[in-house]
Amino acid sequence: MFGYTFQWNQALARLPKMLDGAVVTMEVAVLSMLIGIAFAILLTLLRLSGSRPLRAIATGWVEIARNTPALFQIYMAHFGVASFGIHFSPFVSLLIGITFNNAGYLAENFRGALKAIPDTQTRAGRSLGMSQLQAFRYIILPQMLRISFLPMTNQMVWAVLMTSLGVTVGMNSDLYGVTQDLNALTFRTFELFAIAGVIFYIITKAITLSARLIAARLFRY
Amino acid sequence: MFDTALTTADLIFLAKGAGMTILVTAISVAIGTALGIAFGVIRVQFGAALTAPLTFVLDIFRSVPLLIQLVLANAFLGMVLKLQLSGFFVACMVLSLYTSAYCAEIVRGGIDAVPATTRRAARSLGMSWGQDMRYIVMPLATRVALPSWIGLALGVMKDSALVYVVQVTELLKSTQILITRLQEPLFLLMIGGAFYFLISFPLARFGGYLEKRWSND
Repeated sequence: MFGYTFQWNQALARLPKMLDGAVVTMEVAVLSMLIGIAFAILLTLLRLSGSRPLRAIATGWVEIARNTPALFQIYMAHFGVASFGIHFSPFVSLLIGITFNNAGYLAENFRGALKAIPDTQTRAGRSLGMSQLQAFRYIILPQMLRISFLPMTNQMVWAVLMTSLGVTVGMNSDLYGVTQDLNALTFRTFELFAIAGVIFYIITKAITLSARLIAARLFRY
Repeated sequence: MFDTALTTADLIFLAKGAGMTILVTAISVAIGTALGIAFGVIRVQFGAALTAPLTFVLDIFRSVPLLIQLVLANAFLGMVLKLQLSGFFVACMVLSLYTSAYCAEIVRGGIDAVPATTRRAARSLGMSWGQDMRYIVMPLATRVALPSWIGLALGVMKDSALVYVVQVTELLKSTQILITRLQEPLFLLMIGGAFYFLISFPLARFGGYLEKRWSND
């Protein structure tokens, strides 16, 4: 059929290398999520703070992260900062780019979640003698993370998909980078990228499924 | 930093890239929305069980990186089927399907948000299925779906930055080409980024405004 010979064996022989790449992809995604959540909480606090410049910085971060392509953000983290004489490795650039993006989107999710938590709860905490930060830490934050659990899993899936952009800054150890290198060696473009696609599909499904299981366990009332 | 080797010709080159970004986005969003509405209505109308294959295929477009979708489509059409297609065509095709996968979800959400009792009332007044869809479901579902749809369209514009893999020179790729020549990455990237931001930010704000204004509470 088609006058093209599929050679799946050649591509499948490279599967172990691609799985190694998938591990790196997961590393980047998980790290970017963890750091991203930390920054998103910080951004949320800044946006709640009384200081106008701090609020402006946080809002600027969120709007830039949400209104420019992720690819642009990764370019900025790699080629942009190089203008200042700072040279990151592709891994670090990719991580910074995705983390910046994650933090922006998550901060916006957190803001939505905060709207669902009545203001009176903070005031109740304050009148029990908690400091502003304690009230946030012990009363608001747990509820905020719980409400935005679903958006966070979506963001995690996005983070995994975004790792494929690392190849543009010379990353070659993640799943997409490994596949691209193997493609240059063997020229089985369709077979290799089809396998990479299947691996990506399995990863994202595994994330959504395990998130559902975790949610079912954590959020029982 | 204020000295630049950027010439007018380079700016025109960038503008062409921006034009390509808008063109690819416009075509993909138009086709993708039409397909997405069709898929969404089909999914609601025929139920989850019957449309499971469709749901599965659409889900693939949302679970595999766009970069891989583009490379795969290009390899399949070019190397396997040996069709002589332009990168522009492949880019629009993949992005359209990508858009339709997300749009189908939005449309489904919109239709589901119309209360079943309202639709039954319409049918019991003697409206046909088409009339019910046209005069009852569409106006109500649009209110729910439009803000998300604006977000989707902007998302596609940002994702269109990836079509460089099928040799389409859009804005970010032309920026990249100029960077290689002029060696002024920060300045050039800021121009490129500003373009995306200036289109995306006001529209995103407008979407947020609609969402607030049209919400039921």
